[in-house]
Amino acid sequence: MKRNITNWGNYPVEHADEYQPAFRDQLQALAAEKKDWIPRGNGRCYGDASLAPTVITTTKLNRFISFDTLNGILDCESGVTLDQVLEVIVPKGWFLPVTPGTKLITIGGAVGSDVHGKNHHVDGSFSNHIVDMDVILPGGELIVCSPDAHADLFWATCGGMGLTGLISRVKFRLKKIETSYIKQKQIKAANLDEIIRLFEEYKDYTYSVAWIDCLKKGKGFGRSILMLGEHAQLSELTLAQQQQPLKVVNKTLFRFPVYLPSIFLNKLSIGIFNFLFYLKNTKKEINNVVPYEPFFYPLDVIDEWNKMYGRKGFVQYQFVLPLNQKEGLANILHRITERGFASFLAVLKVFGKQDTMIGFPMEGFTLALDIPIRNGLFEFLDEMDKLVLEYGGRIYLSKDARMKAHTFQQSYPRLQEFKQTIQKYNGQQVVHSLLSDRLQLTPQ
Amino acid sequence: MPTVLILGAGSDVAQAIAQAYAAKGYSIQLAARNPAQLQAIQKDIEIRYRVECSSVVFDAADFAASSATFSQVQPLADVAVCVFGYLDTNEQSMQHWPEAEKTIAVNYTGAVAVCNAIAIRMAERGSGTIVGISSVAGERGRQSNFLYGSAKAGFSVYLDGLRNWLFHKSVHVVTVKPGFIKTKMTDGLILPPLLTASPMQVAKAVVHAVDKKKNTIYVKWFWRYIMLIIKCVPEFVFKKMKM
Repeated sequence: MKRNITNWGNYPVEHADEYQPAFRDQLQALAAEKKDWIPRGNGRCYGDASLAPTVITTTKLNRFISFDTLNGILDCESGVTLDQVLEVIVPKGWFLPVTPGTKLITIGGAVGSDVHGKNHHVDGSFSNHIVDMDVILPGGELIVCSPDAHADLFWATCGGMGLTGLISRVKFRLKKIETSYIKQKQIKAANLDEIIRLFEEYKDYTYSVAWIDCLKKGKGFGRSILMLGEHAQLSELTLAQQQQPLKVVNKTLFRFPVYLPSIFLNKLSIGIFNFLFYLKNTKKEINNVVPYEPFFYPLDVIDEWNKMYGRKGFVQYQFVLPLNQKEGLANILHRITERGFASFLAVLKVFGKQDTMIGFPMEGFTLALDIPIRNGLFEFLDEMDKLVLEYGGRIYLSKDARMKAHTFQQSYPRLQEFKQTIQKYNGQQVVHSLLSDRLQLTPQ
Repeated sequence: MPTVLILGAGSDVAQAIAQAYAAKGYSIQLAARNPAQLQAIQKDIEIRYRVECSSVVFDAADFAASSATFSQVQPLADVAVCVFGYLDTNEQSMQHWPEAEKTIAVNYTGAVAVCNAIAIRMAERGSGTIVGISSVAGERGRQSNFLYGSAKAGFSVYLDGLRNWLFHKSVHVVTVKPGFIKTKMTDGLILPPLLTASPMQVAKAVVHAVDKKKNTIYVKWFWRYIMLIIKCVPEFVFKKMKM
């Protein structure tokens, strides 16, 4: 059935045929029969990566296959979402090895985007923890791949935005935890220099991320709150918390009811929000123990918060710059601030080393900010792209909806290898997306 | 812990019902035609809910075999939910007798074969609940789906009689008329959202109806009144309508 499909940014919209196979044989039959398709999970990438004339959605292919509670290895179908995984593994004392800022993505999506988390500098991205996985190629053939078997397919699939075929099963290693709580430290930084220094100072923390106010000009330019965390040990919990140390929290407070008319979203309202957010931490430093939910997934308690950005939607601009480009980071942030492209708090993080075939992370600074779509935005972002390129950085495909092909081609150094691998496994280019067409990864 | 038997376990609604009972701690017996699908669902339920889960392979269109199978499946479930059904477009079924035959065979004869086998054992034991997922389509024959509808009508009447018979043996029977459900069966149809239930809503309604010993339920309450109106239209008018 044709319907309008859009991902988290509500831009762009594609009128597409959607199929929702519930079992592997149905999936293989679809893969063999359909043309011009792309896999899609829970639709939480921001742009056009999982949009195509035909969309094969995996959310009904969502079964657990095995859970080795002794060694912490989970095997499941690709449509299982992270919140479902957490419900199963947390009570047994295990946690996701890597998690992005929402638990409402599928495991297949986590692999297709090779997601990173607040622990990238310690644990790498999701692909680092995969034992093996099944990929269904266009044509219907199923291939089991891993870093050892069909390694080219494996590395082109991790972060490959679904262009090798459809991931139907993933087996991955979990992280041992004693409690489901996080020992958290929040430190206020008065400006950009201080936050960068703090990242360096606290680099031994497993989890670190900063929320940065990118509307603030002048002396407080780049003021932010650094959030650090470690999985809490049993002895660090209060007596009440110790009653149920592996508690699973899974709640939605409310659903964002309507698309907010764009008039409400302006420099003033966002400025007030950012000001209050910075002010709410009255002390320089806060130390406490909190459930994992508010630490990792603060926005998941508001269902459909993307409606806040109005019907026209928004883009999330996320780029990474090499570690030696502090000035570059300051320059780009400065321009965003000057132009006043209002964004609620942006997220800043320092990545560790990574060199995968089509992975986004590289050692350096990554900044992500939401910007509602309006006139002049795309031209402005094209200018920012030029700077990102100049400083040797790149843009995250999972968030992207508008990058130009030449920007992409200049920023992913192992692109040829990736293209050849897609050619090898998806030769007829049956699988393609609006993103792959736009970036000229597949012929249009 | 009590046991629930899910007949036709591969469908979206059946999986939702199995999950709703597993979440309550019930042991689950799954029955369906496709062994690979059964195994996948069984493993998933064991891991998610940490309850006992077993599976039985059967084909609803093979009446004698399924009757024999369910005459002896152990343990005899406390709640048996007959979910399976078969729907093709009425046009297809009118043009191709095998389609029409399958529609009648699965939705009526197949369901009766299985329910009979279980009803007899529950009657002997003197306890249990049988849930039949029938359809609003069985309330009045319409040009768009009367083959499916007539089979479901037969099943609904069967469940009425079964309820009456089993009442005296302390066994309860629930008839469920879901209306539109967003499932594989209705993929490709454009459904009015207010009248359309999700599989999980159907599952919750089933669990509630079994707990409260309801007789006939409509998952979305206004279906009861829609069907009431449809049934009230005089035949000389109804036959001219396009529904």
